[in-house]
Amino acid sequence: MSDTHAHSVAFVRTETLPQAAAPSNAAGPTKWMRDNLFATPANGLLTIAAIYLIYLVLASTLPWMLNGVWNAGSLAECREILQGTSGACFAVLTERWPQLMFGFKYPASEYWRPTLAFVLMFVALAPVLFFDLPRKLLIVTALFPFVAFWLIWGGTVWTPIFALLGVIVGYLVYDRFVAQSFAAGFFGGIAAAIVVWTISGYIVPALAPEQPWLEAVPSRDMGGYMLNMMLGITCVSLSIPLGIILALGRQSSMPLIKWICVIFIEFIRGVPLITLLFVASVMLAYFFPPDQTVDLFLRVVIMITMFSAAYIAEVIRGGLAALPKGQYEAADSLGLDYAQAMRLIILPQALKISIPGIVNIAVGLFKDTTLVSVISMFDIIGMIRGPILASQDWNGLYWELFLFACLVFFVVCYGISQYSQWLERRLATDHR
Amino acid sequence: MSTTTDPQGGTFRLSMLMNDSRYRSLTLQAIAAILLAISIGYIISNLLANLAEQDLNISFGFLATPAGYDINQTLIEYTSQSSNTRAAFVGIINTLLVAILACITATVLGVIAGVLRLSNNWLVRKLMSFYVEIFRNIPVLIWIIIIFTIVTAVMPSAKSYLGEDPERGMLGGIIAFTNRGVYVPAPFFTNGFGGEEGSIANWLLVIVVLFGSLFATRAMTARANKIQEDTGIRPGTLWTNLAIWLVPVAVVLFILGLSWDFPDPLANRFNLRGGLQIGAPLIALWLALSVYTGAFIAENVRAGIQAVSKGQTEAASALGLRPRRTMSLVILPQALRVIIPPLISQYLNITKNSSLAIAVGYADITATLGGITLNQTGRAIECVLLLMLFYLTISLLISAVMNVYNSSMKLKER
Repeated sequence: MSDTHAHSVAFVRTETLPQAAAPSNAAGPTKWMRDNLFATPANGLLTIAAIYLIYLVLASTLPWMLNGVWNAGSLAECREILQGTSGACFAVLTERWPQLMFGFKYPASEYWRPTLAFVLMFVALAPVLFFDLPRKLLIVTALFPFVAFWLIWGGTVWTPIFALLGVIVGYLVYDRFVAQSFAAGFFGGIAAAIVVWTISGYIVPALAPEQPWLEAVPSRDMGGYMLNMMLGITCVSLSIPLGIILALGRQSSMPLIKWICVIFIEFIRGVPLITLLFVASVMLAYFFPPDQTVDLFLRVVIMITMFSAAYIAEVIRGGLAALPKGQYEAADSLGLDYAQAMRLIILPQALKISIPGIVNIAVGLFKDTTLVSVISMFDIIGMIRGPILASQDWNGLYWELFLFACLVFFVVCYGISQYSQWLERRLATDHR
Repeated sequence: MSTTTDPQGGTFRLSMLMNDSRYRSLTLQAIAAILLAISIGYIISNLLANLAEQDLNISFGFLATPAGYDINQTLIEYTSQSSNTRAAFVGIINTLLVAILACITATVLGVIAGVLRLSNNWLVRKLMSFYVEIFRNIPVLIWIIIIFTIVTAVMPSAKSYLGEDPERGMLGGIIAFTNRGVYVPAPFFTNGFGGEEGSIANWLLVIVVLFGSLFATRAMTARANKIQEDTGIRPGTLWTNLAIWLVPVAVVLFILGLSWDFPDPLANRFNLRGGLQIGAPLIALWLALSVYTGAFIAENVRAGIQAVSKGQTEAASALGLRPRRTMSLVILPQALRVIIPPLISQYLNITKNSSLAIAVGYADITATLGGITLNQTGRAIECVLLLMLFYLTISLLISAVMNVYNSSMKLKER
């Protein structure tokens, strides 16, 4: 039947025509621009205003940045080179680079030590951040705190070795008793570690050589961006376990435990970090035994850790609350005790939900490490506002230094938040 | 006959304290209580030993003694002879001032940026994400210092405005931007309470009148709603509301004799006289907190609008609502439910971050009580405790407001 029509007309095309290109005003950049930049008159005005704004910013900053001077000894020398033309004096960054990075008191011959610790940090962080890497690398992660401590502070090598020994003994005891009950293993492990550390407190001074391999550097000599990094890494890694404990405590059915955690969390969250840093700098010393001096760095670490632990606890509580009740009931019905249920069922899921929140807190915490400049510690901001801007050579120079400070924080914080988004996609096992 | 799970009555063994679920939580709590008591006791004994060793004591007597320092920006009367308590109050008022100002501007900025991040305009969208990412990822302390530097190092000195033939004119002849801050005309009352000096009662009166207008306009709106429900026709309320807002205030201001004190470039050879000086530290703190928190609020606003499902927009247009009315009647009321709780915690963050005032020398509570008073009297423990008490009170108040809001906005489910 279908043939009849074909025979009745002179010509019928049997194949499909190739697709023609869209009209020039409905395709390509023109269409994109019309859709995305000039959809309506108001939109067009907005676009033009935005372009003008971008032009203004670039016109004032680009020549200044491109014309920058990277080699000069002082601001006066810089101005001489520029001869009145607009240009940045980035020479301050090159000349004061060690101060910006390590502070002004860290011995110059030892700069390789924090640098090496910084490089090792990436190796140690890699297996934690990326699960595809071989699990053997976690050994590096476990060793990193001790190695980094020894590299940065120097002194006798026995201090970190005995600290590590305490951890190992604690772990062995935990491993031995955890089969009986988690609590026995956990507290037994802690007790064993404390015993080892106490004993080593007597042994280490005896073993310490006159001339250690690495010269000891006191904490008050640390500064610059290194200080921000040290505070950020230490406090984040210490505050996650503490935050988990606080969150579980807040969920506890035991009123006393619950109220201790609630009061701690709400108190810390109710006051600004600055007041806690004041506590660290002027008040905390009163709470230690009179004959003991605890250095400022440690006091600040204690307070910042408490601060971020309270926030992390709230984030994890949100994760715990988001789990369906069925998960708790399922764990109970399998006959798991509290520690097993938490370790095997509840926390893995709750922590996964809390990752974005924890990363937000970590970014916030890293930014907040700049606050230590207020209690006269010389972190990167303290260095810029203190020794560098006050020096005769570089007095009167602001933008280059602040731009640099912005850059180093932006790179790290933006990187962390991008990582967290990637991780969220990786862990999204539901709704596939 | 008893089942095996029933506890065996009678004999109590010590191991039951840990192994019997009836006693275990009590045992654990008792252990926790003992540990807590021991650690608190240890801390207090250390504290007492330290105080005794340094011959110190805990006393709040310093609050009544003269502060002995000047504060450049005060809203209430203060001299260096005033007490430390007075200085702390000046600080509290300054904290609240900068917090309220920054909350307002941050909200405006955040809402604009958040809405623009959802614009169809590609360039504007990108520009706004640039703004958000830049400001969220750099510490607020750096922003405060940068803006402070802009104000103090880039703005012209007050001197350039002085004399018969100044280098630069003031904006509109009344506002001067200098490196010490901005000079604006100061309002005062010629025949208010308290004579020429003026008293705070005048301003309280104005505020009371404004609150009266607020309630009157709300009553008008309620009446308009009722008429609309009864008759289907909504009476116009725009002009009556405008009149209710403007007329009473205008009358009160006229009776009190409002006039303006302009900054005067001729009175003095060294500095501008008269007018109201908004100091550079206040400006730096205000702007920095606004742009920084604005970036966070923008994200909250965007998330809130995106949380309203697309079906709502489609349903609204199926009902024949125009886009503008869809936004105001369908999207916004639902988005606000999501936006407001994080918004309030951003306000709390602004209040807490305002303590960074100490970095640029703005006399807020941290700088007066926790800064100069602490250093001059050496009463570290007392000052820091009072400081924490103040911030705790503020944050508990704000959380209370948030709880009230949350319970009133909770979805009424059957």
